[in-house]
Order: sequence, then structure tokens, then C-alpha cells
Amino acid sequence: MRWGLDAVHVRFGQRVALAGVTVPVDPARVTVVVGGDGAGKSTCLKVLVGLVQPEAGVVRRPSKGRIGFVPATAGIYVDLTVEENLEFSADAYRLSAAERRERGGEILERTGLAEARKRLGGQLSGGMQRKLAVGIALLHSPALLVLDEPTTGVDPVSRAELWRLISRAAAEGTAVAVATTYVNEAARATSVVLLEAGEALASGSPDAILRNVPGALGAARGASRPTPLSWRRGIEWRVWAPTGVLPGGVETVDPDFEDAVVVAALAGESRR
Amino acid sequence: MWAMVAKEFRELRRDRRTVAMMIALPVVMLVVFGYAASFNVHSIPTVVVGPGARQVASSLHSPFDVVDVDPTAGPPTARSRLRDGQAVVAVVASWGRLLVLMDGTQLFSVETAEDVLAKMMPSGPAASPNRRAEVQILYDPKLTTSWVMVPGLAGLILVFIGTLITSLGVVRERQAGTLEQLAVMPFRAWEVIAGKIAPYLMVAAADLVLIVVVGMVVFHVPFRGNVATFALGAALFLLVTLGMGVLISTVSQNQGQAIQLAFMVVLPQVLLSGLIFPVTSMAAGVQWISFLLPLTYFIEISRGVMLKATPISALWGPLGVLALLAVVVLGLAVTRFRRDLAPSSRRTELRESSPESVAS
Repeated sequence: MRWGLDAVHVRFGQRVALAGVTVPVDPARVTVVVGGDGAGKSTCLKVLVGLVQPEAGVVRRPSKGRIGFVPATAGIYVDLTVEENLEFSADAYRLSAAERRERGGEILERTGLAEARKRLGGQLSGGMQRKLAVGIALLHSPALLVLDEPTTGVDPVSRAELWRLISRAAAEGTAVAVATTYVNEAARATSVVLLEAGEALASGSPDAILRNVPGALGAARGASRPTPLSWRRGIEWRVWAPTGVLPGGVETVDPDFEDAVVVAALAGESRR
Repeated sequence: MWAMVAKEFRELRRDRRTVAMMIALPVVMLVVFGYAASFNVHSIPTVVVGPGARQVASSLHSPFDVVDVDPTAGPPTARSRLRDGQAVVAVVASWGRLLVLMDGTQLFSVETAEDVLAKMMPSGPAASPNRRAEVQILYDPKLTTSWVMVPGLAGLILVFIGTLITSLGVVRERQAGTLEQLAVMPFRAWEVIAGKIAPYLMVAAADLVLIVVVGMVVFHVPFRGNVATFALGAALFLLVTLGMGVLISTVSQNQGQAIQLAFMVVLPQVLLSGLIFPVTSMAAGVQWISFLLPLTYFIEISRGVMLKATPISALWGPLGVLALLAVVVLGLAVTRFRRDLAPSSRRTELRESSPESVAS
């Protein structure tokens, strides 16, 4: 692991926010931390960039000048234009005139904000604001890019565009860590950490997580819940059998990533 | 409507600082300002010089507070004592003649001194020649209020603008979420603070020049002293004022809290700095508060330089206090802000390729 968290514990007062969580973040890879609200995703990323001090564990991160970070909030100055936001970041990271010209133009083009360069940050749509925030974080070509829920509340087209930006950054060698509540986004990652109540329920590549879904998974129809370990997927019920033996009348199905996340959560609950 | 009332009460209950300010602050302010709000001058620092100094000094009583008696000195010393702010009244006691010099920039003290003196030494043809006193009011002979107020008001206006505006600086970043981003950028705490203050310092300096020029043109306030001395005092004062705003901003969670705290800092300066009520008239406990306020010292410098041409050698005291206040306020702001900006660097200075390790 080049960057990331290793067995990190974080406590806020009496509340345990992270309990021995490991999140590897390697160059040219996208690590997605997925989990529900309050799972500890943002805390993970804040520890990674140095905003939260862990109680125990090891944190590996590059120096400040080589980190790009987008917080869960807008992450841009609403009273500055798109160009001025980029200029501020270029000044902060002391980019040369040539670098800022080249990277600035490239980022505007990649984010599709070239036309909006003179618009105030506050006048941009939610999706454009997030693209600008990611663009600002990428401007200085960071070694580690950390994005806290970059696609939350963003329309599907903008989400796809944001993921294109993220994937391209990874393809160019940047180590990327992304927190998200959208389970389907985890499938885009090189590696995934499933978080629930400050604990890592599962981690690995999306394929490995799917392969390692414990027990058996089935599908059933009907008005009533077939077993206590069942949940709705569209018009069907998904039924999970930890022992590997599904009840009668339940058809076996291959789990997708959403199923894997729910199973991991149920398995975690039963362990607790 | 009740739904709104209940909601507001619930929100208010959770903002304990606001509740504390709403309940405790009015009482504290009333008591403090009540003790401060006094035009009655009980003490007038007085120096007595000249051959008859000892005899005259022994005959002076309250409110004259004789701070120095020098029989060997003459009128030049008396004038320099007033100019340098060491006394408000200087009596030159020559044989058979009394010359009473008064510092016209101390309006209430001068009015009180004149009243008391008139009772002690009636003037006019009926008065005995050896009990006649010649009174000269220096610097503001007509006791023009605007001459005395404008140098102080310039400071007060800057306290309002400077402290209130900068008090929103950091808290706005906190609320917008950009503070976290700043924290991850390669900035040091002092760089952010300096960067926040510098633009306002320049605007406030331009503001000050404008206010002084308007005061001179519209109210005919003289500027008799050294511009560089005034500029030095103003720069230090602005640093403290803006630094206070930033300090407030670093300890506030939202803009409402910042505004409340800023008012708590600004309001005492209106009443306790000597701008309206003489500091010497205030209760001893309240005087201590006034000695902690930057405007108290700026008023001493601005009135001294503008109206009395007080030289820098006589202003090292207030200049030194302002410099000390600037160091303390900005130091506190940087220290407090460092906690927001780099919680991890408190323990370990992180270096690339050497992971931050916390014992498990």
C-alpha cells in the first residue's frame, strides 16, 4: 500500500467513529469507500488528508502540496468566477505561469467549464460546481486525490462526467480515494471498502467482494417477507441464507454489487 | 405560528452562547457602562512649576491631582508636560503671578478645572493681584468638540468596520466548507491569517486617510504633528482591530456567533475608551477594562499627534501597548486557527514516504 489507512481507530468523545479500518489507496487506482450515512466514510477521508487525528493506526499520505481534496460541501468559492477559483488554487500550489496556463486550460476543457469560465461559482449548477471542485483538486496534478461524495445530489449525466474525470486522473497515475453512498459507483472502483458503523465489513476488488459473498442468495416473489434476512429489490424479494441453504420456492441468483453490500451489512449485524 | 415559536425556542436552546449573551450580557453591560458613564471629573493630573511651585501645590486640592512639582522648571516644561500627555493642567507659579495652562483636548477636565479655579481664585478688578491667575487653554482654545472627537471617531469607525468585517472571514469559510480545503492546501496558519487581514488592512488604511482628510476639511480639525508617527500608531491599531476580528472568527461556529462576539468587543470601545467619557472619571475597575482596549491607546496617539503635535518620544507607551496587543491578538488567532487547519501536525510533522504512525 503506497497511501492509505492501516488499522486506524478514531474516537469522537465516547463515540467510536472508526474501529481498525484499513483503506489502501494506490497510484493509478480508484479506491471507493462505500457505506450509508454515518458509516464513517468522511472520517476515513479526513484522516487520510490530515483533518482528523487518529487515536491509533498508521496513515500514509504524501506531503500537503501533493494532495487534492474535495470536501463533502461545495469546495469552491461562490463569489469567485470559475477562472478565479482555478487561479487561487494555482497560486496556493505555486504553479508556474506555464503550468497554470497549460493545466488550467486542460482542466476547463476536461470539466466542460470552458464556456462558463467567467461565471461566478455561485451561479453554476450543482453538477458544475462539483466538476469545478474536482477540477480545482486536480489542477496541481496531485499524487493523491481524495473526493468526499463528489456525486451526491448530482444528475446522472454530470455523475457520468465526474466519473470520467476521476477515472482519467487514475489512468494518469493519481491515487484516488472516493467516498460515496451510491452502491453502483463502487463497481467502478479498483478496490472497495464497505463501511458500516465505523467498521470495514468487506474490502477488496469489486469482483473479489462479489465472489466472497457468504452463504447463498435467492429471489422470491410475494407480498410478505419470506425470511427475516430478506429485502426488496424492485418487485422481488432478495433472500439471504447465511448457511447456504435457501428455503423452498426461492430461486438462486448471482449477487450483484448492491446485493453484496446488503449481505455484508446483514452479516456485520449478525456478528455484532 | 406556534409551530414557528416552538421551533425558534428549540433552536435557541441549542445555541447556548447566544442564550448566555442574551441573558448575561445586558446585565454585565449595564453595570460596566453604568460605572463608566460619568462626565464628572474627580481627578485632574496637574504639574506645578516655577519658584512658587511648592506653595501653590500645597494649596491645590481635589480634583487637582498634583503629579509633579518642579520649582526649577518654567513655562516650556509646563507646555511639554501637557503636550506629552503627562498632565492636563500645568501651573506656572512665578513670584506674584500664576499662569495656568490647560490641555484643551481634555474637554471635561478643562471645564471642571476652570470651574474649580474660578471659585478658588476669583478674577476681575475685585480680586487681589497676588491671587489672580491667567488661564491659557492650549491646542483647542475654543474647546471645539469636533476637534477632540474626530481623531477618536476615526478610530471608532475603523473598529466597527475592521472588527465586524474580518470577524466573518474565517467563519464564512467554515460554513461554506472551504476551510477544510484550505486546511489541506500547503498553507501555514499564519499565512492564511495574514492573507485574510492584508486586503482589509489596505482598505482600512485608505479609509482612515479619507476620514482624517474629511475631518480636516469639513470640521477644520488641525493636523499639527508628524504624519509618520500617526501612520505607525494607525498601522498598529489596525493590526489589533483586524486581528481581533479574525480571532473572533476562529472561535465562532457561525456568522451569528461571530457578529455577537464582534459587538461585544466593539461596544465597550465606544464607551470605555475615553472617546466620550474621560477614563479618569470611570470607576477603578472599569478603568482596567479601558486599558485593555486598543481604541484607548489610538485615541491618545491620534489626539496627541493631530492636536498637540506630541512627538513619538512621548508616545512610546501607547505605541508599545498597541504593538503588544497586536502580537497577543494575532498570536492567539494563529494558534487557534492552527487547530482548525492542521490537527494532525500537532503531534507529528508528516513527511512524504515516512508514514504518520500512531502507536496502537
